[in-house]
Amino acid sequence: MKAAAFEYARPADARGACALLAAGDGMAKPIAGGQSLGPMLNLRLAQPGQLVDLAGVAGLAGARDLGSAVFIGAGVTHAAIEDGRVPDPTHGLLPRVASRIAYRAVRNRGTVGGSLAHADPAADWVNLMRLLDATFIIEGPAGSREVASGDFMQAAFTTALGESDVLTGVRIAKFSPTARFGYFKFCRKVGEFAEAIGAVAIDPARGVRRALVGATAGAPHLVAHTDAVLAGDTAAIEAEVRAAGCDEPYEFQLHVVALGRAIAEAMA
Amino acid sequence: MKTLNLTVNGQAVSAAVEPRTHLADFLREHEGLTGTHLGCEHGVCGACTVEIDGAPARSCIQFAVRCEGATVRTIEGFEDDAVMRQLRAAFSAEHALQCGYCTPGMLVTARDIVMRLPHLTGAHDEARIRVELAGNLCRCTGYQGIVRAIQRVLRQRAGIDAA
Repeated sequence: MKAAAFEYARPADARGACALLAAGDGMAKPIAGGQSLGPMLNLRLAQPGQLVDLAGVAGLAGARDLGSAVFIGAGVTHAAIEDGRVPDPTHGLLPRVASRIAYRAVRNRGTVGGSLAHADPAADWVNLMRLLDATFIIEGPAGSREVASGDFMQAAFTTALGESDVLTGVRIAKFSPTARFGYFKFCRKVGEFAEAIGAVAIDPARGVRRALVGATAGAPHLVAHTDAVLAGDTAAIEAEVRAAGCDEPYEFQLHVVALGRAIAEAMA
Repeated sequence: MKTLNLTVNGQAVSAAVEPRTHLADFLREHEGLTGTHLGCEHGVCGACTVEIDGAPARSCIQFAVRCEGATVRTIEGFEDDAVMRQLRAAFSAEHALQCGYCTPGMLVTARDIVMRLPHLTGAHDEARIRVELAGNLCRCTGYQGIVRAIQRVLRQRAGIDAA
């Protein structure tokens, strides 16, 4: 299908983008890589009155090494991360996850910020940023603010972003070289959205021990009883998957196995 | 309507477009470049894959108006490209197409694989090539011939097999 008619604007900075979104009175929509919104427009699942193109917004497409952390601009593409063209605070996990998002033609255009703002529960970045405890940097009509990883995604396709806000990037604290990760996602076909995600980050040097049940019906579930889960306690793993809302038998089984595999990888 | 300036297959193009017109429709309807095919029109099948600024992209989910200043190359723009010449010969030799509908997108993706991953020359690299190809759907060939054609060009370019 073809998209319904919309107006188009291409602001040069985040402030201009916020002003256009505010003037749109809820009917203006930001577009970054357009790899999620493009299909939604063509299928007419989304029919905004105006698209505010973030491709021309200065500073979104870059990444910076901040010393103890890395800032990844919202406009950085999955392919740039896959190719190691931006600093990696995770010693390989970020490029690995990026390389399995959709397909190369999509990764060349799709952005970290667009994926996060879209907040599909089955997408990789919403889950990985929660695991890595990233800080979200948001520009709004009242200025810049920071949102903690647990407060960003509130439900499926629902985030802390207001109608006039623009996500400018995320800040991820650097993991130590001895950090261990596990990340497993179930896809029926290469490049599809995940049916289940399990993820683990262990960094003794920084006191980090986190595990996550992802690709749920809503925001990712950060494991509460980390020690038991990381020890491989089956009852504890199953309890976390149920706490994540995955209790339908097929979905339950996929998530239990995904988390188990992520734990096994991190412990290997 | 918005005024759009971009480069298509080496030629400067200026046109007035509706914001809702996607790049594939612009290329086909405004530029007469019907080598770019539309399959699913929502970014899944890969038939519409073209190069934007040197990297493969889905032209059905990229709006033309967003390509201001961009350099676009469609299948027609690869006529004199050395790698594409090898790929065309290999696709023919390996029977990598039947109806041909997916072929323009398949070739753009295949060329990207050959250029970006030149080390995939071994028999055990077939799985990786198939992963890289997963975003382009073919309903005729079962992919066997397409994978073999890409392997053939990778090996030729690495000097393992004669061209």
